[in-house]
Amino acid sequence: MSRTDPLLRVTDLHTRFRTDEGVVRAVDGVSFTVRAGETVCLVGESGSGKTVASESITRLISTPPGEIEADSIYFKGRDLATLPTSQLRGVRGGEIAHVFQNPQGSLNPVYSVGWQLVEAIQLHSDASRSAARERAIELLDRVGIPEATARFDDYPHEFSGGMKQRVVIAMALAGEPDLLIADEPTTALDVTIQAQILRLLGDLQAEFGMAVLLITHDLGVVAQVADRVVVLYAGKVMERGSVYDVFEAPAHPYTRALLNCLPGRGKRSQPIGGSLPDPIEPPPGCRFAPRCPYAVDACRAGDQPAEYDVPADPGDADGEGGADHDRGGGSVDAGQSGNGSAGAGRSLPGDEVDHVASCVHYGPGGDPSVVVDGGRAREESDGPTGDGPGGAAGGGSGKPTDGGSGGPAGDGRADR
Amino acid sequence: MSDEPLVRVRGLEKHYPITEGVLRREVGRVRAVDGISFDLRRGETLGIVGESGCGKSTAATTLLRLEEPTGGSVLFDGEEVTAFDDGELTRFRRRAQLVFQDPASSFDPRMTVGESVGEPLVVHGMRDRDRRRAIVEDLVERVGLSAADCDRYPHEFSGGQKQRLGIARALVVNPDLIVADEPTSALDVSVQAEILRLIERVQDEFGVAIVFISHDMGVVREVCDRVAVMYLGEFVETAPTEDLFESPQHPYTRALLSSIPEPDPRRRGGGVELRGDVPSPSAPPSGCRFHTRCPDVIQPSGLDLPQPAWRAVVSFRHRLATRGLDLAAAREFAAAERGVDPGAVDDDAVAAAVRDEFGIPPTLPDPGAESTLAAALEAVLDGDRPAALDRLSGTFETVCREVEPGTHPTGTGHEAACHLHDPTVDAEPPWRDGEPVDREPESAVDG
Repeated sequence: MSRTDPLLRVTDLHTRFRTDEGVVRAVDGVSFTVRAGETVCLVGESGSGKTVASESITRLISTPPGEIEADSIYFKGRDLATLPTSQLRGVRGGEIAHVFQNPQGSLNPVYSVGWQLVEAIQLHSDASRSAARERAIELLDRVGIPEATARFDDYPHEFSGGMKQRVVIAMALAGEPDLLIADEPTTALDVTIQAQILRLLGDLQAEFGMAVLLITHDLGVVAQVADRVVVLYAGKVMERGSVYDVFEAPAHPYTRALLNCLPGRGKRSQPIGGSLPDPIEPPPGCRFAPRCPYAVDACRAGDQPAEYDVPADPGDADGEGGADHDRGGGSVDAGQSGNGSAGAGRSLPGDEVDHVASCVHYGPGGDPSVVVDGGRAREESDGPTGDGPGGAAGGGSGKPTDGGSGGPAGDGRADR
Repeated sequence: MSDEPLVRVRGLEKHYPITEGVLRREVGRVRAVDGISFDLRRGETLGIVGESGCGKSTAATTLLRLEEPTGGSVLFDGEEVTAFDDGELTRFRRRAQLVFQDPASSFDPRMTVGESVGEPLVVHGMRDRDRRRAIVEDLVERVGLSAADCDRYPHEFSGGQKQRLGIARALVVNPDLIVADEPTSALDVSVQAEILRLIERVQDEFGVAIVFISHDMGVVREVCDRVAVMYLGEFVETAPTEDLFESPQHPYTRALLSSIPEPDPRRRGGGVELRGDVPSPSAPPSGCRFHTRCPDVIQPSGLDLPQPAWRAVVSFRHRLATRGLDLAAAREFAAAERGVDPGAVDDDAVAAAVRDEFGIPPTLPDPGAESTLAAALEAVLDGDRPAALDRLSGTFETVCREVEPGTHPTGTGHEAACHLHDPTVDAEPPWRDGEPVDREPESAVDG
């Protein structure tokens, strides 16, 4: 593995479940990378496919009814997508460890935590019983269990929720993983305990040099720990970028809407309205289009828009738009990159150096100011309070054509 | 409408007995709610926040007399709720309703939602089916669903829609008071915002008073007029919402606020970190119940240790006084760290391991304090716990452990139950009034 290669590169992951009602496309073409030592957050609401995506990496999804398909899942130079189960078992819990939401469910109630920890250690190394015990106590102490030696023979029910999650993290560390996949590790915990666990994860990451893939619905947690963020919605990637890009210049209308729902930030939280699309027969075009206030006709046809580069300063985008005001299917097709003059073509799948958004307004001929300025105008007027997305859609739909016809051809985004 | 508050709660208590043996002899009490007092005006929203296990939900059910309070009084519109007989209680329950956390389990799956929403009307004696139907349809529309939805079953609705129906059901008898117990905790953030908007609208339209129970400070900030912060069955601070968030005056409130992960990547980390969990309400700590975790626990006059070291010593003393130390474990740990046999570890190494465990520095900067601590540690290693405690109690006494704090006015107008605001105690809050907590310099806290 060369130095520039990421630790994990997931390309075009599809996970489907066959049910009596039809095929549920829980994850529908998701790509992302995790580099050594960094924290990547998969963020989304329930039903966005974030958990399924994370569990597909080590194939924890039971098949059937699940079906996992991916171009590739490269981890340290191997393709986990084609790795036989026997070898995959060594990766699970060893090089890639999981921590789940509910610590109660991750521990066996009839064995002491020490016993379980020793088992985890001996599974991944040839340590003797006494060496494993010593290492287990060390780990318990490292994750902040007070009086680790004394608690070694205690059973899971004798620990509080936060302490149990620490034990689970200690078990995850037993295999000295390169990648820790933590799925909502703090959701079941109180906010004071959550702060402890997040701090612990950060310290451990620095100490052991692990990469962390954190799955969460909580944007506050994301902002506190992430290096990079992947925003998922209905099985598709909506936006990805560095944590600063995503929080300070959110590009995709969904990301912006999600940030606006957060309560207690001074401004009144604004609901998104509508509901998740049907996972069996998702609507054509962008998955978010039915709830998006900026949706135009192009959003409702074809495939999910490709991932387009987001201009560094969205403010500069005013008045641009390029010569191409044909907003037909061509610019929306995920498979086609933009034309040369626009220069904002599709980035490589999974290549996450840049800030990208899967939205036609950032595509060739699109005008990001529709989303950025439209959002500003909406925020100033305190936004529509109605629940239906339909009423707000009218405001955005006229604008791209205006911007397109007025702007000089070929400048603006082409400079990037 | 009068100036008299709708609800006046004084010293409300709910203790659960812990019993043993066939005779169910009482051996202890879980003090789930231990003397809370507040007023609630008509149309006002009072938030109750705190960690899990602090007694928020018990406060709600006791307030509505779904569980019998073991002490205190609840005046509802001037009448004593705790003295109601069955008939009066039924009438009271028409005026006070509850919204539950989990909308999925609060509807009968075999009843249409129209029947469920209209059920309180049946309970309270409305026999006219058509009139019931009209009221239910009107309400279902007012919470944002359509009248046709009344004939559908709960499984056909999403979580957010079910919670809307839960609110409609609470409103159907036109109550004066709604107690909402974590109404948005089971919902996604985008749906949560919808429900919060709905609750606001309902309050404007119906003028109902709400007790809003939540662990989520962000949600509370958005919907509440006043907030009470609860810890181990007691209110530690009650304040108008903006005051509380702008200048919290109780160390617990400050810790709680600074634990909220802020959705701003440029304001990371720092903040007050609370170590340890909430102590058991069956044996709440003496004095101020928060003193076992409080980062600002007060030092006795004459002692001036760095606060983290002082905090660590208080934690050590508290452990020694309650559970005691496991010396064999400390010895084994010291042995493992040095890579030797447990038998070969000398007492100094064990003492060092104990100090390390609690985060006490190898030597305290104050020579007098250090010699007391060293002597106490020696006594502990000799197995003489009472002697050790005796030594510690002289030098390391804190008013927080000795005396239960009363509520004291603070610099910002509202009251807090903390000795730092007690004029008779020689201590000042280490923070400035009006200073928000969000990111203070990091302080190590042990507990």
